[in-house]
Amino acid sequence: MVVLEELTKKEDLFVSGHGLCPGCGIPIILKLVLRATTHPIVIVNATGCLQISSTRFPLTSWKLNWIHSSSGNAASTISGIETMYKVLKKKGKLQTDTEIKFLAIVGDGGTNDIGFSSLSGAIERGHDFVYLCYDNQSYANSGGQCSSASPIGTSTSTTPTGKILPGKLQYRKDITRIIAAHKLPYVAQAAPWNWEDLYTKAGKAFNIEGPAYLNVLNPCPKTWGIPSDKSIELTRIAADTCIWPLYEIDGDNNIKLNYKPENKLPVTEWLKKQDRFEHLLNIENKWIVDEIQNEVDKNWNRLIYNEKKGINN
Amino acid sequence: MEALDGNSAIAEAIKQIEPDVVVSYPQSPSILILEAIALFIANGEMDSEFLNVESDYSAMSTCIGVASSGGRVFTATASQGLALMHEALFIASSLRLPIVIGVTNRTLAAPINFNADHSDSMAQRDSGWIQIFSENSQEAYDNIIQAFKIAENKDVRTPVMVGIDSVVTSNLCENIHIQKNEEILEFENKSNPTYSVLDIENPKTVGSLCASDYFFEHKMNQNNGIENSRKVIKNVGKEFGDRFNRYYGYFETYELEDAEYAVILMSSSAGTAKKAVDEMRKRGEKVGLLKLRVFRPFPYKELRESLSNLKSIAVLDRVLTPGTYGGPLFIETMAALYNLDKRPLVYPYIYGLGGRDITLKHIENIFDDMKMAFDNGKGIPEIKYINLRE
Repeated sequence: MVVLEELTKKEDLFVSGHGLCPGCGIPIILKLVLRATTHPIVIVNATGCLQISSTRFPLTSWKLNWIHSSSGNAASTISGIETMYKVLKKKGKLQTDTEIKFLAIVGDGGTNDIGFSSLSGAIERGHDFVYLCYDNQSYANSGGQCSSASPIGTSTSTTPTGKILPGKLQYRKDITRIIAAHKLPYVAQAAPWNWEDLYTKAGKAFNIEGPAYLNVLNPCPKTWGIPSDKSIELTRIAADTCIWPLYEIDGDNNIKLNYKPENKLPVTEWLKKQDRFEHLLNIENKWIVDEIQNEVDKNWNRLIYNEKKGINN
Repeated sequence: MEALDGNSAIAEAIKQIEPDVVVSYPQSPSILILEAIALFIANGEMDSEFLNVESDYSAMSTCIGVASSGGRVFTATASQGLALMHEALFIASSLRLPIVIGVTNRTLAAPINFNADHSDSMAQRDSGWIQIFSENSQEAYDNIIQAFKIAENKDVRTPVMVGIDSVVTSNLCENIHIQKNEEILEFENKSNPTYSVLDIENPKTVGSLCASDYFFEHKMNQNNGIENSRKVIKNVGKEFGDRFNRYYGYFETYELEDAEYAVILMSSSAGTAKKAVDEMRKRGEKVGLLKLRVFRPFPYKELRESLSNLKSIAVLDRVLTPGTYGGPLFIETMAALYNLDKRPLVYPYIYGLGGRDITLKHIENIFDDMKMAFDNGKGIPEIKYINLRE
């Protein structure tokens, strides 16, 4: 069991003074993830909200080694760092005896879209690193454009609702499932409302040898159109509606659902609380809501079935 | 002496330097460099980590990771691959990472073509990299060895790309001198990195957001690195010559001392041009050649000294930069000379696109044309295209 009070006693490696929005999930996610290992961590951060907000020169919020290269290459940059670490270790030239952990932190645009091949390649090569995707379902840093993580029906600045179009017309990529198909040692989906689950998963991800992938739902008050004090609650509704199931898959393809809502709520409970889905509640868009519900149900049933049968995907 | 093509010569240099990591993505014909290295490693002849990555963009990004961890790293690419690296090249130079890459200079699509011209490297001329071009296998080998020493110099800390002409140099064998391993190791003598993200005792934030209040100063610091490289390139070229008896500078002059007319070009065509100069000298013509080796940093001061007394110069660019008055070599040479009181007339030529041949006859014709134009009164030179169908 994890005791929250104990966690608060650990040193913060990501400190205040950053410019992330009120209600943004990133600092909460980050503080949990960074506490999940006692080893030193080297971070590669892709371009995005976190990078922009935490490193305005000459200031920094990071008390550890942190590097930013670009938006689509965090996984390949970390591949180089992790390889060099192994080289130095092999040659006995490391300045420290402590094992170093490597963490890539990337938003959904840098994960699902522009950095997708970089991530897929790094996992295939089997580098020993943790990849943390903070998935706020759009390009929030550049103002909330559509990403391939934006769900069907989302109103974004590049899939706006208009007189004839109801927002995004395509389904989002199920990135956790796609990554799981790489058959890596550890894949998990988490959300900040269940801090204990997120913390435990991050700990497993750090401890496992080889690539580990964490996809964490990140509430974004600005692009979701929610009050900043409701963001964590929203991520719980995402789990209760099964929009965002919490689960993990290990290297032996054992899938475990970490949260099964007693009362599975209809997806409208998730949709109606966010401005980006407001238009879906109009009668002419009911077909989209029905499709979302249908997809969510199918996916949830698949996960339950897979958990029972021990199937990865 | 060993008979090696340009690709193998580069691979041989890398085997001797033995970087910590070699990153690989296949492009033709540079992949032959990486295949040769992979085989050296597979046979236990060198001890480097070899990473097969999924794109040239990731190859450069992986190099950034290795170099920011204090490691020595090499990759090779060509054409589309170098174009795909473009964004990451700027990051590598801005983060002051001493990465070295081999480029088999191949044209850019469309239409797709596997032969030589300098479109790929020239499209990266403002990326902040040091750019060195090689005439043949020997220079390819020598330039790679010098490149690490230049890049890693503490006052430079700037990445270097070494070009060889695709196919003509990369795939054709020549006899070259290979130094002994211990000679190379003694020459290289790797210095400590300025920073490493693996130095956990001294945490650093690398690659921050930097607004208008500091950005300009950062870019000027970066510029100081490549400016400092001018001296270092010269010193390294001299030290290389003192040790191995093959001297290098920013450029090589050939029969230029008393010449009235000269051709300037880069890479493999210099061989043909030297022969043309020889032929014309036999007929008493006062002609010469300047083969540029270092395009970045552009040696404008030294070019002024070498060129100002000529009557006229033909600058031969092996790249088409659509919509410009001549190619990049022409434009930079003109800029270098323009403010001089006494300066030669400069003629822009474009040649050799996609591997199109340039022969002795073509170069002799260029000298004849230039001489005739000069004798007939100055006028404004127009761009001429060599060996192009009318």
